[in-house]
Amino acid sequence: MADELKDIVLKYVIAEYCEDDSDPVTYDTPLISGGIVDSFSMVSLKRFLENKYKISIPDDQATPEAFDSVDKIALLVRKFTQA
Amino acid sequence: MSFSEKTRASYQGVLQGLKDAGLFKQERFIHSSQAADIEVEFPAGASVRKVINMCANNYLGLSSHPAVVKAAHEGMDARGYGMSSVRFICGTQDIHRTLEQKVTEFLGTEDTILFPSCMDANAGVFEAILTKDDVMISDRLVHASLIDGIRLCSAMQDTYKHADMAHLEQKLEMHQDRRFRLVITDGVFSMDGDTAPLDKMVALCEKYDAMVLVDDSHASGFIGKTGRGTHEKYGVVGKMDVITTTFGKALGGATGGCVSGRRELVEMCRQKARPYLFSNSIAPVVVEGILKVFDILMASTERRDKLEKNAAYWRKGLQEAGFVLKEGDTPIVPVMLFNAKLAGDFSRALYDEGIYAVGFFFPVVPQSQARIRTQISAGHEIHHLDKALDAFKKVGKKFDILGKTKQEIIERFGM
Repeated sequence: MADELKDIVLKYVIAEYCEDDSDPVTYDTPLISGGIVDSFSMVSLKRFLENKYKISIPDDQATPEAFDSVDKIALLVRKFTQA
Repeated sequence: MSFSEKTRASYQGVLQGLKDAGLFKQERFIHSSQAADIEVEFPAGASVRKVINMCANNYLGLSSHPAVVKAAHEGMDARGYGMSSVRFICGTQDIHRTLEQKVTEFLGTEDTILFPSCMDANAGVFEAILTKDDVMISDRLVHASLIDGIRLCSAMQDTYKHADMAHLEQKLEMHQDRRFRLVITDGVFSMDGDTAPLDKMVALCEKYDAMVLVDDSHASGFIGKTGRGTHEKYGVVGKMDVITTTFGKALGGATGGCVSGRRELVEMCRQKARPYLFSNSIAPVVVEGILKVFDILMASTERRDKLEKNAAYWRKGLQEAGFVLKEGDTPIVPVMLFNAKLAGDFSRALYDEGIYAVGFFFPVVPQSQARIRTQISAGHEIHHLDKALDAFKKVGKKFDILGKTKQEIIERFGM
């Protein structure tokens, strides 16, 4: 099902991490464990989310597991926008 | 003893997995000095045979140069075998200072500090000069030693797409709230053989108040008109804040590395860099050898000129034969095979033809980007290159990849 938040995150992930010949990325594609986003690059994803949604994600919750797919990232963002 | 049979079996399983996947690396045993022609025992126990070496970092052919060897001998006679000390305790001789000054002059920087290797230089430099208030923005294809050094540093970490200046600019803009910004790149990228556009990077760093660090290990001695490195190629000598490089490749091929750059940053390394504080000083024999290398290079550009011609000849030969190559103009010329097993088989077939060139595959290069990385030397003569080209063409025909595109090779052999 289409989801505006997930679409925004997916669009950012594709622009930030994917090259022209990359495999397609969907809401549930493993990003960190799939090697698309390395641990060094997570920081710009975290900063994008914090700036876009005016939230602050504690470092101990900005884990590779929490960022491993668009679905999981959307869960995290919703948790902090509702907090 | 805690190494139980269960533990042993577990590791044996991992190693067997590498063999099954075609990813197990094997050493070859060289029974001669490093040169264009070498004598190799492979596999272990096989007869020693003469082959042409196409995969050394011996870019200028100085690894066994008689003048370098003589200078090393004389250095050992005059200054002993080893220092048995780290630098700051009692491991610094006058010749270490002389070498640091020579490197500073050669690279066009303000100061230099030696390290036991460039791996150590890269491991130590970031934590020595940055804090958690700063950010490191590195090219996504930087060398493993830079990745390791970045991991050891408490500063924020971020990356930009390989050599993508628009993406770098976005990151520099994003991180204006940090205390300092440090952009990190290789000068020549060791697996692809392309170069970082240092002129554009310097312009961006000036615009966005950032420092730039370049690891020029695959460039020092031969890139640029007088071999000063990638910064000379791009006309930005004097504008690099930090250059790290090795003496273990073109600059003699023994050991040693350095951090060279802004006086204050070098001094921070001298005060705080852990490999400098806790690892042994470079041996006098090596220091004197490196000093002779610089004497040779600063007297004439003959070697780097020959290397440039050799590399162009080699690349043209491979292109005309129909191999898929990575674009570039350095002496690193990757022959792309994409499939790890193909790269291993191709390397073994080349060896049967008297050519020593190793297959590279994951994790050394990204998955599905396996290759034979060829490296040209000023020690190669045209007859070496012609024999190697003939061998590559013969093996290329055997595997039917000549004139094939990347897609065709992948369809045939898999990724």
